[in-house]
Amino acid sequence: MSHLDRLRAVFRSSLNLPSDAEVDGLEYRAIPQWDSLAHMSLIAAMEDEFSVMIDTDEMIDMSSFAKAARLLERHGIGAAAL
Amino acid sequence: MTVFTRSAAEREAALLPELAALTERHRRACEPYRRILDAIGSAAPYARVADLPWLPVRLFKTHELRSVPEEQVFKVLTSSGTTGQVPSRIYLDRQAAATQPRMLAATLRAVLGERRLPMLIVDSRSVVRDPTLSARGAGVLGMMNLGRDHTFALDERGVLNHEAVKGFLARHGGKPYLIFAFTFMAWLHLRELGMDLSQGVLVHSGGWKKLAAQSVDSAEYRRQLGEECGLRRIHNFYGMVEQIGTVFLEGPDGGGLYCPDFADVVIRDPDTWQEAPPGVPGLIEVVSTLPTSYPGHVLLTEDLGVVHGVDDGIWPGKRFSVLGRLPRAEARGCSDTHGLAAA
Repeated sequence: MSHLDRLRAVFRSSLNLPSDAEVDGLEYRAIPQWDSLAHMSLIAAMEDEFSVMIDTDEMIDMSSFAKAARLLERHGIGAAAL
Repeated sequence: MTVFTRSAAEREAALLPELAALTERHRRACEPYRRILDAIGSAAPYARVADLPWLPVRLFKTHELRSVPEEQVFKVLTSSGTTGQVPSRIYLDRQAAATQPRMLAATLRAVLGERRLPMLIVDSRSVVRDPTLSARGAGVLGMMNLGRDHTFALDERGVLNHEAVKGFLARHGGKPYLIFAFTFMAWLHLRELGMDLSQGVLVHSGGWKKLAAQSVDSAEYRRQLGEECGLRRIHNFYGMVEQIGTVFLEGPDGGGLYCPDFADVVIRDPDTWQEAPPGVPGLIEVVSTLPTSYPGHVLLTEDLGVVHGVDDGIWPGKRFSVLGRLPRAEARGCSDTHGLAAA
């Protein structure tokens, strides 16, 4: 599975979205499921899935799926095709 | 990188133009604010930060004070708390909403470091689950950005969950971790815990009212938590929703609260409104460059405080303490009286 597919899966499970939900265009707080608590679960799940440590500023800046993909790229995970 | 670098003179020089510009920005963009400034005859130029016009925090309860059009409001924060009290309403646009957690993080980095530390929260998980989030819940949520593996020390009934804390300490107890609590909750529950918390960094806030009733002051608080729990790193902070993102943080030596570089305090004599010299208590005015979407950059609180010294502490700038509520604030206003009596 590509890192982007893994990231999509992390988003769907952390935000309690259906397994076929389209997540590439998601933005923080644009849907009720992605609130500040879910944001923390999402960050924790990303850290587990990709074995990275995300710092506070990165966590605050990660306000969309696209930014999450770029964050992973900065941590050396895949080359984001977004 | 820390935000505790500016001496009093450097701070004054840096903040004055920024705060004066914010005054003009809010004057143009916020009609009720403009009317208030007109009524008190306040006009530029301002020679000192202490000359800038202040708003009593109470006005955020009674007026809709925002400097951005309604459609740009991203988040409305409401304050406190006490039943029957009219809450403050604070309007954040997208930019202000993004800046405030970043600056809070930058401030606490001075004592927590760069990494998100494992975090023990002396509260119940339900406090952050409440759909209509309380001020307490919002405070916990805001701090949670700074931690990882968030563990709640209290169960849903508010009773200490020894197993949860034991598990947390087994996972993280060997290295520094963050303990966040409201001041009184830490006092109540951490001592009851009877565990070694010597690697913990306790960050606490929320007021000393209940502790003052037990004659526990800051020095006694630090001493007892040090003795009974091994806590050596304890940092109180002072902040309010009306100036969200700005917190005044106790230094490592417990010598008082310090102002981050983008903020300052002015202590005012409640009779003359003149700035009180160090050592003389008065009302605390808080100034900060963060409130860009609402006129909260210069606020007169209802708290009494005292500056202990200037550029004489472990960090530069003013070193101060909060002494409690202004007694008169309880007699003033109608809804508040009940709220305070019930608190």
